Amino acid sequence: MAKFEGVDFYNIDQHLSDEERMVRDLVRKWVDVEVLPIIEENCREGTFPMHLIPQIGEMGLLGMNLHGYGCAGMSNIAYGIACQELERGDSGLRSFVSVQGSLCMFPIWKFGTEAQKQKYLPGMAEGKLIGCFGLTEPDHGSNPSGMLTKAVDDGDSYIINGAKMWITNGTLADVAIVWAKLDGDIRGFLVERDDAGFTAPEMKGKHSLKASVTSELVFDNVRIPKDRILPDVRGLKGPFSCLNNARFGISWGAIGAAMACFHSAVEYSKSRIQFGKPIAARQLVQNKLAWMLREITKAQLLALHLGKAKDDGTIGIPQISLAKMNNVDMALQIARMARDIHGANGVLDEYPIMRHMANLESVFTYEGTHDIHNLILGRHITGFQAFQ
Amino acid sequence: MIIGVCLKQVPASDSRIKIDGSGAGVDASDLKMEINPYDEFALEEALKLKDAKVAKKVIVLTVGGSDSEQRIRDALARGADDAVRLDDAAFAGSDSLGIARILAAAAQKEGVGLILAGKQAIDDDNSQVPAMVAELLGWPQVTVVDKLELDGGSFKAWRQSGGGVRDVVTGSLPAVISADKGMNTPRYAKLRGIMMAKRKKIPVYDAAALGLDPASVGAAGAKVTQVNWSEPPARPPGRILSGEVPSMVKELVTLLRDEAKVL
Ligand SMILES: Cc1cc2nc3c(=O)[nH]c(=O)nc-3n(C[C@H](O)[C@H](O)[C@H](O)COP(=O)(O)OP(=O)(O)OC[C@H]3O[C@@H](n4cnc5c(N)ncnc54)[C@H](O)[C@@H]3O)c2cc1C
Repeated sequence: MAKFEGVDFYNIDQHLSDEERMVRDLVRKWVDVEVLPIIEENCREGTFPMHLIPQIGEMGLLGMNLHGYGCAGMSNIAYGIACQELERGDSGLRSFVSVQGSLCMFPIWKFGTEAQKQKYLPGMAEGKLIGCFGLTEPDHGSNPSGMLTKAVDDGDSYIINGAKMWITNGTLADVAIVWAKLDGDIRGFLVERDDAGFTAPEMKGKHSLKASVTSELVFDNVRIPKDRILPDVRGLKGPFSCLNNARFGISWGAIGAAMACFHSAVEYSKSRIQFGKPIAARQLVQNKLAWMLREITKAQLLALHLGKAKDDGTIGIPQISLAKMNNVDMALQIARMARDIHGANGVLDEYPIMRHMANLESVFTYEGTHDIHNLILGRHITGFQAFQ
Repeated sequence: MIIGVCLKQVPASDSRIKIDGSGAGVDASDLKMEINPYDEFALEEALKLKDAKVAKKVIVLTVGGSDSEQRIRDALARGADDAVRLDDAAFAGSDSLGIARILAAAAQKEGVGLILAGKQAIDDDNSQVPAMVAELLGWPQVTVVDKLELDGGSFKAWRQSGGGVRDVVTGSLPAVISADKGMNTPRYAKLRGIMMAKRKKIPVYDAAALGLDPASVGAAGAKVTQVNWSEPPARPPGRILSGEVPSMVKELVTLLRDEAKVL
């Protein structure tokens, strides 16, 4: 297959800074050399490619848009473009970087004490400490405000009880950012791997995001010292501010998965001969390819504009919802269409299509399901909130 | 010690090269450029020597126009401390000797004690520059090196000679070493390096700044001139056999043996 050179129909490139282009080229090359040759095997085995973590850390991709504490301090567009290139490899890798940077390092950086920042952030930036983000519970997914996990004040410590589910990196994590209710208020706690009563069994049997570890977190009278609460945030604002950062990255990441599928579909359709001609020479196939390019290009413009807004501090929450929803949806549809163009070959792991397609089903659901983002937009448009 | 790394940008190794209108150059308009892969080994070796505190500083030396700046920034992002770009209208049309004169002058100006370069540039494959630089400076040189050790003022270099024979060469510094594949695994840039590279100034030296006589470099000083480039002959079309499988297999084996002579 011809080398992947990205998709840039509207010259997005000219709007990127030199550093942003360098990040793009760096991660693209890294994915070509280190990820694509091995990722199908991880997928088949349902394992995360652990040996890549030190490399990811060394390049500085973890918490790359944060400043200080060993972080690179790059722009949000640079973070977005790194997510795009990572997800061109696999959504599992992008998820790893999103969870570590946006969901775990960000809340410590934003809401933590100086001591907490010093303790965790440099190690997390290097990939030596892994984090996970525990919000979802077995009975509370889209509605986290109903969470049952509870913390109680007990002298010089808090005691946490409850369970989280669907937690990316849970089993790998050295530190879990756990959202639990303290006197009815949602608060963030830092639970460490070795805290007595804390276990993180892996959830097996996923058909999606297979190269990513997903776990339950179980808290059975876990006693943690008082300095492990994030002091500066209360209520859903805490987890949601993390999710908004991650959703921003996902709106870029999905473009990478879509590009991989589009690239493969173009190449395949040019070489697959049926009825004496390449299938690419047929109008029906061209219509599909044109639709893919159109959707990718629109998604890129959304992501770029959102990135600029995030970099100049004018980003709005409904705007993030629109981009996450649109871009993941288009990527999933492109993956399905690419699967169709590849015929039977589309179901083989010789092509990346089915892997991306299956991955995107998770991406469609996590970080706010597609329809939850519709409801966020619906509330924005009408003023009526239709969640409850 | 300061290590100078000669670094050239070349078309990406998977590019399709087109000859330009003059017939004696390459149409670079839509070529994607990269650091010459052998120069990446030279750079990595220099960075390793710096990591090991054998070298104090790594400086990139590039003869090239402003379009090569991006490759220089890439080298800075990987960890080179400084870079100079060597550019002057008088440099245009340099042959290998002219390029070597420019690099040698820059190395002297920067107080370089070891020059590392790729064994060849994958665009013109001349493999001349490092040897000429050494000659101009009067320094020892070893070419096509895949392992290097420094010890005080001396070096020990390993190279592959013909027939798989290993060749070990020692000498004294300053020296010029040209790097072969296998010397190391070039590192990826770090994002913090990219941010630092962004802030670095890349001085541009012209002939005057390097103390070079303009007549000794560029077209004026060239001892050889490229007169013509031609594209490789088009590959003859493949042949598709038809018929029953057993007879096709027989025919294929015959063709491979008698015509292609690969069996
Ligand atoms: C691979 C993977 C990794 C994950 N990683 C993490 C993680 O690291 N940390 C974490 O905290 N969580 C994680 N999650 C959980 C994820 O965020 C939740 O799955 C998601 O929020 C949806 O919750 P749910 O699965 O309970 O679905 P539900 O909330 O039960 O939704 C089911 C369906 O009902 C719809 N629905 C729900 N409420 C409404 C409503 N009011 N109106 C209309 N429709 C509605 C939804 O849109 C959806 O279609 C992960 C999930 C997956 C699959």
